[in-house]
Amino acid sequence: MKLQGKTWKFGDDVDTDAIIPARYLNTSEPAELAAHCMEDADPAFAGRVRPGEMIVAGRNFGCGSSREHAPIAIKAAGVSCVIAATFARIFYRNAFNIGLPIFESPAAAEKIQAGDEVAVDAAAGTIYNLTRGEEYRATPVPPFMQEIIAAGGLIDYVARRLTREKNGM
Amino acid sequence: MPMTITEKILAAHAGRDEVSPGELINVKVDLALGNDITAPVAIKEFGRTGVAEVFDRERVALVPDHFVPNKDIKSAEQAKLLRDFARRQGLTNYFEVGRMGIEHCLLPEQGLVGPGDLVIGADSHTCTYGALGAFSTGVGSTDLAAAMALGETWLKVPETLKFVYHGALPAWVGGKDLILYTIGQTGVDGALYMAMEFTGPAVASLSMDGRLTMANMAVEAGAKNGIVPPDEITRRYVEGRAKRPYQFYASDPGARYARVYEFDVSKLEPQVAFPHLPSNVRPVSEAGRVEIQQAVIGSCTNGRMEDLRLAAKVLQGKKVHPDVRLIVIPGTQEIYRTALKEGLVEIFLDAGAAVSTPTCGPCLGGYMGILAAGERCIATTNRNFVGRMGHPQSEVYLSNPAVAAASAILGRIAGPQEVC
Ligand code: SF4
Repeated sequence: MKLQGKTWKFGDDVDTDAIIPARYLNTSEPAELAAHCMEDADPAFAGRVRPGEMIVAGRNFGCGSSREHAPIAIKAAGVSCVIAATFARIFYRNAFNIGLPIFESPAAAEKIQAGDEVAVDAAAGTIYNLTRGEEYRATPVPPFMQEIIAAGGLIDYVARRLTREKNGM
Repeated sequence: MPMTITEKILAAHAGRDEVSPGELINVKVDLALGNDITAPVAIKEFGRTGVAEVFDRERVALVPDHFVPNKDIKSAEQAKLLRDFARRQGLTNYFEVGRMGIEHCLLPEQGLVGPGDLVIGADSHTCTYGALGAFSTGVGSTDLAAAMALGETWLKVPETLKFVYHGALPAWVGGKDLILYTIGQTGVDGALYMAMEFTGPAVASLSMDGRLTMANMAVEAGAKNGIVPPDEITRRYVEGRAKRPYQFYASDPGARYARVYEFDVSKLEPQVAFPHLPSNVRPVSEAGRVEIQQAVIGSCTNGRMEDLRLAAKVLQGKKVHPDVRLIVIPGTQEIYRTALKEGLVEIFLDAGAAVSTPTCGPCLGGYMGILAAGERCIATTNRNFVGRMGHPQSEVYLSNPAVAAASAILGRIAGPQEVC
């Protein structure tokens, strides 16, 4: 998987209330959620983000609630991936489970500036900063989680496993 | 190999003799939980697994609590989704309005979680049940869907941070202050991906309500789970309450910890977390003059009997400041009823407080106490992020129930000593 786009930069501890405020959680419609994505961190974001663009943030991205509405909102807003120094635990799981690519890289989080053009080679775990001519490594993804991604998300992975079990394989 | 209590519970549920930090394991789930915000997504995803029935209709708990009694039409639709699914699946642990409570107050009270259990819930504060000596952690909706289908989930065995609290707790200082102080020390990602084991004489002296408050906020330090070693207090709490057999586990001498924190809490003051992070903590005497317009006493952190008793003790014979709205929300119907019987509700009403049916309500900015721009609230809840209780320009300060009650009386953040 190769991704490329312009970046939006956020700080440390971006919480799920900032990513999608609870006042919009009376729905789980992706398009509705996308319209309010990042609203309490940057009210202009949802209106201006273009498909394929990336979010780059500091430590502990996605801390707070378990709401899957957070990665759903980001994905539905057209964001191609999130790069952060570290991710909060539940957000990390959720992103994999719903198929939002995320990359953990303290170096990338520090060096990439807002508006930089960045490309990511997901399989190799390499992040290229085309604007600055720099290259950063992402923390490798455990093989088990790569299987989930390859299956197309957790539910497809589970469905596949259940079919295998039913067929006695 | 010596193991921590967390490692032992995980090993038992993975069908293994031992596990070590960093391993990815598949574990059996004793209970899977969802609420009116997370379960609708999980139910949709469950439909896609191709499985017709949940793995065990007694081991999936659905609790509508965030936006019920329904706050608007969309919430009503979400709550209905839960109800219909629960009926169709014949779930024994669906809790309707009038018989419900905030999930993390309700499940321990109803004996649905017990020592040694492995519980996952599509709510980040599922870590609350660690107070009973269980492994319990929050996941997302898709994880819940998979667990409802399989009765299993995957986890990475966490490293453990051990916290030892020495000394006797001073007056008005309890579980909330211990955990706020701790998060102030570790920061909001100081326990990221890790287990927090709470030990020492000060924790052993806490009631179950106080322990539930502590474990509740482990996620605010980034932790996977918080856990308190089960003891006599645990046994007394679960006896006659537990709906399933339970088992006590204890960390082995020589178990490995990523780090051990030792705190002397004999001089600890009530703590207040300032906006906009739970780690932004100060002792109440150093709060300065912070005027408030609202105080909220409730939530899965501090909506239990002990919390209401503390608040009532401070409010008895006093009046809420004319410029303040005090909102009291008992955590469950059972707590509500007990508070009525003990005369606490009357104390709240006499003081000029609004008393609500159980709901998460304002805790996550849902309804029942939303803040306008520029307003400040002191709350016994667990998060004070930007916009958490309403307008992005409002502010939330976190404290224990006695501080919230005293602040409601004085119209500014204050310790209970100032009014009692
Ligand atoms: S009371 Fe607040 S923190 Fe607890 S479950 Fe409800 S919304 Fe979440």
